Amino acid sequence: MNPVARTVLQRLGLGLVTLFIVSIIIFSAIAMLPGDFAKATLGQSATPETVAAFQREIGIDRPPVERYFVWVAQMLHGDFGSSFASRTGYRRTVAEIIAPRLYNTMFLAAVTALIAVPLALGLGILAALYRNGWFDRLVNVATLTTISFPEFFVAYMLAYLVISRDTFIGSDFAQTLPHWLTVSLNWALNAVPKFPTLSNVNDQTPFWEHLWKVALPAITLTLVIVAHMMRMTRAAIINMLASPYIDMARLKGMSPMVIVLRHALPNAWAPIVTVVAFNLAYLIVGVVVVEVVFVYPGIGQLMVDAVKSRDVPVVQACALIFAATYILLNLLADIISIATNPRLLHPR
Amino acid sequence: MKSSGPGPREKGKDLLQIRNLHVEGFSDERWHPIVHGVDLTLKRGQVLGLIGESGAGKSTIGLAAMGYAKPGCRITQGSVLFDGIDLLAVSEKGRRRLRGSRIAYVAQSAAASFNPAHRLLEQTVETAVAHGLAGREEANRSAVDLYRRLQLPEPETIGFRYPHQVSGGQLQRAMTAMAMACRPDLIIFDEPTTALDVTTQVEVLASIRNIVEEFSTAAIYVTHDLAVVAQMADRIMVLRHGRTVEEADTRQMLASPSQEYTKTLWAVRKLAKPEVPADDYLLTIDNVTAAYAGKVKVLQDVSIKVPRGRTVAVVGESGSGKSTLARVVTGLLPPISGSISFAGQLLPTSLKTRPKEVLRRIQMIYQMPDNALNPRQTVEEVIARPLEFYLGLKGARRDRRIGELMHMVEMSEDFLERLPGELSGGQKQRVCIARALAADPELIICDEITSALDQIVQEEILKLLIRLQRELGMSYIFITHDIATVRAIADEIVVMHRGKVVEQGLKSEVLTPPHAAYTERLLSSVPEMNPDWLTRLLASRKI
Amino acid sequence: MTRSESVAAVQRLRRSRATRAKTALKKAPFSAWFGIVVILGYVFVAVFAHWIAPYGETQVFSEAFAPWSQEFKLGTDQLGRDMLTRLIYGARNTIAIAVATTLLSFAVGVSLGLLAALYRGWLDQILSRAVDVLMSIPSLIFALVLLTIFGSSITSLIVIIALLDSTRVFRLSRAVGLNVAVMEYVEVARLRGEGPKWIIAKEILPNVMPPLVAEFGLRFCFVFLTVAALSFLGVGIQPPTADWGSMVRENATLITYGDVTPLLPAGAIALLTVSVNFVVDWFLQATSGLRDEK
Repeated sequence: MNPVARTVLQRLGLGLVTLFIVSIIIFSAIAMLPGDFAKATLGQSATPETVAAFQREIGIDRPPVERYFVWVAQMLHGDFGSSFASRTGYRRTVAEIIAPRLYNTMFLAAVTALIAVPLALGLGILAALYRNGWFDRLVNVATLTTISFPEFFVAYMLAYLVISRDTFIGSDFAQTLPHWLTVSLNWALNAVPKFPTLSNVNDQTPFWEHLWKVALPAITLTLVIVAHMMRMTRAAIINMLASPYIDMARLKGMSPMVIVLRHALPNAWAPIVTVVAFNLAYLIVGVVVVEVVFVYPGIGQLMVDAVKSRDVPVVQACALIFAATYILLNLLADIISIATNPRLLHPR
Repeated sequence: MKSSGPGPREKGKDLLQIRNLHVEGFSDERWHPIVHGVDLTLKRGQVLGLIGESGAGKSTIGLAAMGYAKPGCRITQGSVLFDGIDLLAVSEKGRRRLRGSRIAYVAQSAAASFNPAHRLLEQTVETAVAHGLAGREEANRSAVDLYRRLQLPEPETIGFRYPHQVSGGQLQRAMTAMAMACRPDLIIFDEPTTALDVTTQVEVLASIRNIVEEFSTAAIYVTHDLAVVAQMADRIMVLRHGRTVEEADTRQMLASPSQEYTKTLWAVRKLAKPEVPADDYLLTIDNVTAAYAGKVKVLQDVSIKVPRGRTVAVVGESGSGKSTLARVVTGLLPPISGSISFAGQLLPTSLKTRPKEVLRRIQMIYQMPDNALNPRQTVEEVIARPLEFYLGLKGARRDRRIGELMHMVEMSEDFLERLPGELSGGQKQRVCIARALAADPELIICDEITSALDQIVQEEILKLLIRLQRELGMSYIFITHDIATVRAIADEIVVMHRGKVVEQGLKSEVLTPPHAAYTERLLSSVPEMNPDWLTRLLASRKI
Repeated sequence: MTRSESVAAVQRLRRSRATRAKTALKKAPFSAWFGIVVILGYVFVAVFAHWIAPYGETQVFSEAFAPWSQEFKLGTDQLGRDMLTRLIYGARNTIAIAVATTLLSFAVGVSLGLLAALYRGWLDQILSRAVDVLMSIPSLIFALVLLTIFGSSITSLIVIIALLDSTRVFRLSRAVGLNVAVMEYVEVARLRGEGPKWIIAKEILPNVMPPLVAEFGLRFCFVFLTVAALSFLGVGIQPPTADWGSMVRENATLITYGDVTPLLPAGAIALLTVSVNFVVDWFLQATSGLRDEK
């Protein structure tokens, strides 16, 4: 068999195995729940009958292996079970809770990725080409600073900036400054677009309005991701430029442009793709915090609420979706790396 | 394709003049001089050999001839006049126009210097097409022609392969073709055969020499190997610590070097210990077969006897299994079949099952003393450990023994508090020897222990080992690819090829004809210090 | 060499190391100096919180969300507790938890990583595959799942985050350990018959210290940010313990009125992580010259 196809199949297999193990771990979450969990969830007033009914509902009375396979089978049919928030006569399935929120999260992630990936790659390549120059140093300090910020700090700073647009002129702080400074600061603040600081959308929100409402979360995530991705791109490119064949290209009299485009780039796909995948995966995590800050009805916010109320089926479903996306992205990066590796493409 | 040089091409005119070249390198947070004020003149069609030990600055000068300094280096002073153009004064663009088209470069490691993402042919013609010297079609045809002249197999199609699909010797020739593509006036060869085995080296040397003569290209040939440079160069320049020692025509330089340093370089090859036949055997390897993790067998049915108090030299090229042999003897790689007995007793195959006393009696010394010494341990700590571990020596007795060992390896006790980073290569290897001696061993396995050292240091180490053997009476298994080293130290020789023993016996028996076919090829491929050696060898092989 | 001479030699060596460190410090860029000073300041505040803070950690006053004043330098929070006091105690709690977590994570990660590097084989296979799986779930998500099960006590917080973070420490120490374990001086030690304790402690560990020290700084930042994020989300450090993450969340509404107070704890987090990153960045450049981050 073609070595590329073989390696790709191997990776796919490995990805499936990983997903399988991850699903077992997440599933075990229920099995590992402490014994008095039902009572804690249903409240002190719960009668023994309701506790028993609840335990039957989450299936603690059946053997775990059987439960696991039932759980997987149901999930494959799109049935993620019912939320613990269901009450008798009012069943809320996990799927119906998650579906609209999943769309919202994907929307936010996609918008962020579309801005962040090209920006980070461009900046990273520039910094690598002009390394140790003033641009590189500036970018180094700037990105080092941004990656050190908690996401919620960046988020609230942005929100604060937008709010200050209206409140700054009337604040005590503004009064203490010299008049000209107050005026020019106010003028600068007024240049900030009036982004909504609450991203309250629902399924009726039209596309453009949706886009407008996710502006702040998307910018926050972009700032955080770009810093990471840019630094890694820079490192990957510098690493590449240190190879002997790049030296050789220089000694062959090739121009810097040709060296980068023809000699470095074809070998840079694998590291760059890895960097992008890693950061997109990181994006998923950043989403959780940012959604909470801007009260954006996405899956991250849902998961945090479910953790607080210990709504295990919802937590499981969310975790599984996050993990699957993460595994998928890394798998994709692996496959692209394999498919661009000349040693595998052209076997001996 | 035509020659692009505007000047006349006949021999004799000056093509390259380097005057008062100074280069500095950056390390430890400051700039250190690497080359101090070297002058060099090269005429059209002439081949100049730059020779020197590590740190002589020969590669740096070679690159400076292209107006190039490695990353981390800078040219601080001097001029490089190439055909009337000062490469250091002209713009970067001007230099780029010359590089590849009129001055080309052949690197030591072809495998790393070819871009893995492009086919050989694309890379061969790249410069010619980019500099507008030829159309794609014409350049391709010319490249195939060059492949043929360089005796590459299947010249018509080899260009469509990727670098990883071609062997090391072929890649080195393909790189020469790439350098030749624009018919440059000057080629810099930077140790082009150093990474190759001797039998491969001969073929590549012959190809390079033919094509350079054919196009009467001027060349700077950088190497540390005197015998190689004797074959390739018209003139030789000897360098040391970034300064010129002397320069002369090849024959004159070989016959009568004038400087003391050059004479010591030349003298090295003459060391030869007289062999002493053995009567008693210390180690017997019987029909050993070994493999790494179920892969191809690296050793097949190998039987070797090591006499007590003598040296067995194991000779072979890369892939011959000689280093694997060392791993089997030390127990790092238990064999699949066969047995080893040591001092009359069967040796447990695996390291884990060997008692401490057996471990003590077999010691090992490695090729790279840099890797064999822990950079965070002082010389004293390194030597003290085996004394404590095996012999339980402590306090004053231990310190006295450390002093004796340092004395044995001819080192001052002042070195005891130093870290390996503060020692020279030769000193590090001496510390490794002292560490092995500390265990009071009966057998020392020396795995290419002189290959990473400069010639003069090599000789000192070999002399030391011979003296120690005479005084202490241990046996050596001396693994090497270098025939000169074998002549110097061996009593008996084992020739290995592809995991099998081809020939073994006393040094005099193996080194004098008749040889086994492979031994013949190996021995005849070792360059000699005679400028006519390659010519004669090629003539004799054609018959 | 006599005993006193060898002692002198060791001292000379130490002194030369100390002077080397001193010259390196002298050459350190402004960012590194800034980082060092800030970190020392935080440590001081954390250690002496009890003496510096004007009020008690959970002392409640009558007015909630009081503005900045003489009495409450930074106002009060949603329950009427002094913000400055909470900020100071927050330094102690948040930093202590992050340090404990990082130490635990390193103890587990480094020892397993070096063992895997030294022995390869099945031990390495099992550990590496397990780490692969653990790392295929984003750590914040995994932490959320585990916190659902075990609840948000400080112990479970430390153990869970340390466990998840040790996977990264494992990967790094295994990688740098492998680079050293293939060195011939390690082989020499094995051939001599040394046990794993000697090989790891004397041969490998001293040679992997610089990257591990740098990694300690980076992991501390990461752990610190994770704890802060979890607390911010309300599933980390639980009230009434003062901590910066939850302080931001509890007072976030003030931002809508243009009040910067809730940004202060967030800024305190940012300042510390920036400082640590600056110092680590400089340390990496000083110890290895060319090493770029992965």
